[in-house]
Amino acid sequence: MSDMAKRIDVSGLTAFYSGFRAIDDISMTVEPRSVTAFIGPSGCGKSTFLRTLNRMHEVTPGGRVEGKVMLDDENLYGSEIDPVAVRRTVGMVFQRPNPFPTMSVYENVAAGLRLNGGHRKAALDDVVERSLRGANLWEEVKDRLHKPGSGLSGGQQQRLCIARAIAVEPQVLLMDEPCSALDPISTLAIEDLIEELKSAYTIVIVTHNMQQAARVSDRTAFFNLAAVGEPGKLIEIDETERIFSNPSVQATEDYISGRFG
Amino acid sequence: MSKTMTRQTTPAPSPAPAQLRQPRLPRWAPAATALGSALAGCGLGLLAGWESRVQWGLLAAALHVVASYLLAAAVEGRRQARDRLATSVVWVSFLVAVIPLASLLWETVARGSRVLDGHFLTHSMNGVLTLDEGGGIYHALLGTVQQVGLAALIAAPIGLLTAVYLVEYGGGRLASAITFFVDVMTGIPSIVAGLFVLSFWIILLDFGYSGFAGAMALAILMMPIVVRSTEEMLKLVPNELREASLALGVPRWKTILKVVLPTAIGGITTGVMLAVARIAGESAPVLLLVFGSAQINANPFEGAQSSLPYYIYEQWANGNAPSYDRAWAAALVLIAFVMALNLLARGLARWKAPAQGRS
Repeated sequence: MSDMAKRIDVSGLTAFYSGFRAIDDISMTVEPRSVTAFIGPSGCGKSTFLRTLNRMHEVTPGGRVEGKVMLDDENLYGSEIDPVAVRRTVGMVFQRPNPFPTMSVYENVAAGLRLNGGHRKAALDDVVERSLRGANLWEEVKDRLHKPGSGLSGGQQQRLCIARAIAVEPQVLLMDEPCSALDPISTLAIEDLIEELKSAYTIVIVTHNMQQAARVSDRTAFFNLAAVGEPGKLIEIDETERIFSNPSVQATEDYISGRFG
Repeated sequence: MSKTMTRQTTPAPSPAPAQLRQPRLPRWAPAATALGSALAGCGLGLLAGWESRVQWGLLAAALHVVASYLLAAAVEGRRQARDRLATSVVWVSFLVAVIPLASLLWETVARGSRVLDGHFLTHSMNGVLTLDEGGGIYHALLGTVQQVGLAALIAAPIGLLTAVYLVEYGGGRLASAITFFVDVMTGIPSIVAGLFVLSFWIILLDFGYSGFAGAMALAILMMPIVVRSTEEMLKLVPNELREASLALGVPRWKTILKVVLPTAIGGITTGVMLAVARIAGESAPVLLLVFGSAQINANPFEGAQSSLPYYIYEQWANGNAPSYDRAWAAALVLIAFVMALNLLARGLARWKAPAQGRS
C-alpha cells in the first residue's frame, strides 16, 4: 500500500468555464501520504481547482484547463493521457452523499470495479469487505449488504461513497466538502477516517470549516478572489500550524480570524 | 428587536386581524350549497321548460359557485370568500371534466358488453354478412397487436437513443435542430404520417398494403412521444450520479448504460407504454396503408390486415344494429387494451423505481 500515494505538482494552472476564468495561474505541491486542506470564501475556486486534479472539470460543459498537473512524473493534461484512467488513479468524494440509487450497498462499493469489468465474485467480495472496513462502515452494514444503499443514514452514505472511491484503489483521494451535509458525529467519523486513510493515500480536502482544516490537515492552502466575477487565486500554502498561528499574508489572517470583508 | 425595526426597509405588512377568532361557516356548508344549487338548477330548468339536462347542470354549477362565494363573503369575510370561490371553481371544473369521461366509459361498457364474449374475441368477420349477428374481432385484434408491436420495435430504440443523445451528449446546433424537429413531429396529424408512408412506400417503392406499412406510419407518430418522455426522465437523473460514476473512472458510455438508464428505467418504460397506448387508437394510417380486411391475416408484412380502430369505423359505417353492437364491443376491447397497457406501465414504473427511504 505504501507505494500507492503520489505527489501532485501543479504549475501555472488556469481553469475556465466557457469564457469565464474561474481560477488563475495556480501553482502548488501536494505531498504524498498527507492531508492538504483548501480553505477560502465561497466562489474562490477551491472546488474547481480540486476538480482539475482528476480531470472532472472538463466534464462540465464549457470546462477547459491550461497549465500542468504532474502526478509524480506524468502530466495529467498531456496529450496521450486518458482522462478515464486519470479518474481511476485520482478518486473523488463529493459534497453530498451520492450512492447509486438502483444499487445495493454491496453493488455500490463494487460499482467501480464491476463497471470496469473483469472481476471474479470471490475477489469482489474481498474488495468490498476491505473497502467497507477501510471506510469504518463494515460493522454497521455487514448484515444489510444487499439492501439499497440509499437506505443508509446521511453519514453512512458518505462513508459508503468513500468506500466506493477507495475500492478502485486510487493513489490520490480528493474530497469536496465531504462533511458539509453531515451532523457532528458523522463528521467526527469521517475525520477519523481521513486520519487513517492518510497513511496510504494522498488526500486533498476542500472545507468551509476552519476547525476541521486545523484538525485533519497537515498543510493548508488559502484561496481568495479579488471581487465577484474575478478569478480565484491561491494566496498561500503552508504547514497548517503556521497558517493558523502565523500566516505570512494579512488576508489569510483576516479570513481565519473572522475579520474578513 | 428595536434594531431590526429601524433597519426595516420593506413596506410594513398589512395589519394583523384584531382577533384570531373569526366567524366560520360550518363544515357541511359546501355540501349544502352544492345540494341546494343542484335542486335549484333542476327546479328552474323544469320551470323554464329547458329540454337539455346539460343546461340544468350548468345552471346548478354556476349557482353553486356564486352561492358559495356570496355566503362566505357575508359570514367569513373577503379572503375566505375568495378561497371558497377558487375551491368551488376547481370542483365544478373537475366534475365538468369527469362527467363526459365517466359517461363515455359507461356507455361503452353498457353497449359493448352485449356481444362481447369468447366467440367475439376468437372469430373474424370472414363470411359474416353485415346484417347478420355474430362474427368477431380476432383479425382486428391480431392486426392491432402486430402493427403496434412493430411500430414500438421501430420507434422505441430510435426514440430512446435520440433522447440519450440529446440529454447526455447534445448541446450544440445539432441538438437544438433535433429538438426542433421532434417538436414539429409531435404535431404531425396522423393522416399526414399515413400519406407520407403511402406515397413513399406504396406508390414510390411499389410495395403492397400491409400491416408493416401501417406500423411505419405509427412509428413516425410514436417516436417524438418516446423522445420527449425519455428526455424528461433522463433529465431527472441527478448529475451527481453521473459525476460519481465518472469519478470512479467509468467511461461515459458505461455510465449512461449502467447508472443513468437503470435509474430512469421506470419512467422510460412508462413513457414507451403510454406512447404505445396513444398509437393503438390511430385509425387514419391504418385506413390508408393496411387497407382493412375481414379475414385473419397473421403476416403483417404481406397483404391487407385490419385493426381495432379500423374495425370500429367499418362496422359503424355499415349502419345497422348488429354492426353497431360489434363496433361498441370492439371499442370496449380497445379501451381495455389501452387501459391494460397503462396499468402495466404503472406497475413497471413502481417495480423498477429506485428504492426510496430506509429498508
